[in-house]
Amino acid sequence: MTTTELTIIGDEVVAACAPWSAIVSTGQTVQIIDLLGNQAVDTLLYGVSGDRVDHTLRYSAQATIAVQRNIFLSTGSVLRAANGTPLMTIVADDVGNHDTIAGACSKESNTLRYGHHTVHQHACAENFLAEGAKWGLGKPDIVSNINFFMNVPVESNGTLGIVDGLSAPGKSLTLRAECDTLVLVSNCPQINNPCNGFNPTPVRMVISTQ
Amino acid sequence: MSTDSTTGARDHARSQVQAATMRIPATPPDVEPSRLMWAESVPAGSYATRVLGRGTRLRLIDPDGGACAHLLLFRSDAPWERLNVADTMKVPWQAYLRAGHPLLSDQGRVLATVVADNSGHHDTLCGMTDAGRAKMLLAAIKHGLDMRDVGPSVSLFKGVRVDDDGTLGFTGSAGPGAAVDLLIHLPVTVALVNAAHPLDPDPALTGLDVLAWRAGEQLTTPVNNDPEYLRALFNTESTWAAAQTSEAFQ
Repeated sequence: MTTTELTIIGDEVVAACAPWSAIVSTGQTVQIIDLLGNQAVDTLLYGVSGDRVDHTLRYSAQATIAVQRNIFLSTGSVLRAANGTPLMTIVADDVGNHDTIAGACSKESNTLRYGHHTVHQHACAENFLAEGAKWGLGKPDIVSNINFFMNVPVESNGTLGIVDGLSAPGKSLTLRAECDTLVLVSNCPQINNPCNGFNPTPVRMVISTQ
Repeated sequence: MSTDSTTGARDHARSQVQAATMRIPATPPDVEPSRLMWAESVPAGSYATRVLGRGTRLRLIDPDGGACAHLLLFRSDAPWERLNVADTMKVPWQAYLRAGHPLLSDQGRVLATVVADNSGHHDTLCGMTDAGRAKMLLAAIKHGLDMRDVGPSVSLFKGVRVDDDGTLGFTGSAGPGAAVDLLIHLPVTVALVNAAHPLDPDPALTGLDVLAWRAGEQLTTPVNNDPEYLRALFNTESTWAAAQTSEAFQ
């Protein structure tokens, strides 16, 4: 019998409201730790070829949902590109379900959801654009994302909304890369709904290899 | 008819239309024919695109009960602004499209509003199959766009519902004759693909009818009074007005 030794090759705390990105190579894992609880971690994934991001191989919420025939992400969910290619798999999850239908907050949608007084508050779309630009990604590359640790039920009449989270301090989930993948994160700065408990907090990203 | 010369080939080419049949959707009885801008039937597996102006009313019809209209919208005057399916669900607090539902852009504006719907069988969760996406890519490329612009899409005339545990159920078609009307709020490039829904276990695709006519006066009346919708209309109208030359107001 062999035991699997994990070697940590990256361990960073992402400050509240900040973006983060890293390439996770095939077979490596990234553990996302919700340090203080109920902190939405908005996430996009892009395939990487060599040292270049593949604009055509990006996370597709719709393909991911259609293949697993379920809107919630949890252990076993395969996070896919539009053509079905697996980018990452959730291999461990302390929480139970994560959202991928509600998208990212933006300054512009905040004006609709909460009023025009929120237009200059920080938002996930800003983080995605700023962090994505470091990798040559532009506005057309930003699509519907994953919201780890965010709870969005859909009621029988179609009513949906972001409600109090199911996470708690120290809970985490782990993603395994099925191909070399750029993980683009916005540690959500939203203060107008319960996705961050009305108080954005840091999260920790641990990348490991076998 | 011989085609061994340019004259023969030209005569042959020009004669084909004499024998051809082509479905053209009828002008709705309450629409003045001179206001009709677009009447086209999209066969199973094909696609259509058109730039539509503000105040256009776009009617999509499933005459035979087997169409599935996958839809993308881009602002034609600013194509980097496009349909955002997540905001289209999240902002109105509603996952299921029906009359009154806005189709929102990623910039907090209304590209279109569903103003009539006798189907109720639609989907914003599952997107397209590979075959449908290949057609949508062609539609996008013809408007100077590319693969990156083919994001999450809306599907009309094939329904999906979510159970309490998040499981999806496919509810199929509402049957022949279903129709959806969209009111266009900003100049948009409409891209429509009539292709199978990814959850359809037995897609028996039939044609999709498309009609569009000028209905500009309808823009002045809000379709619903939700605060989110009214703020989206404000963003839309103020952005449009600001971009007009002063002559437009003389």
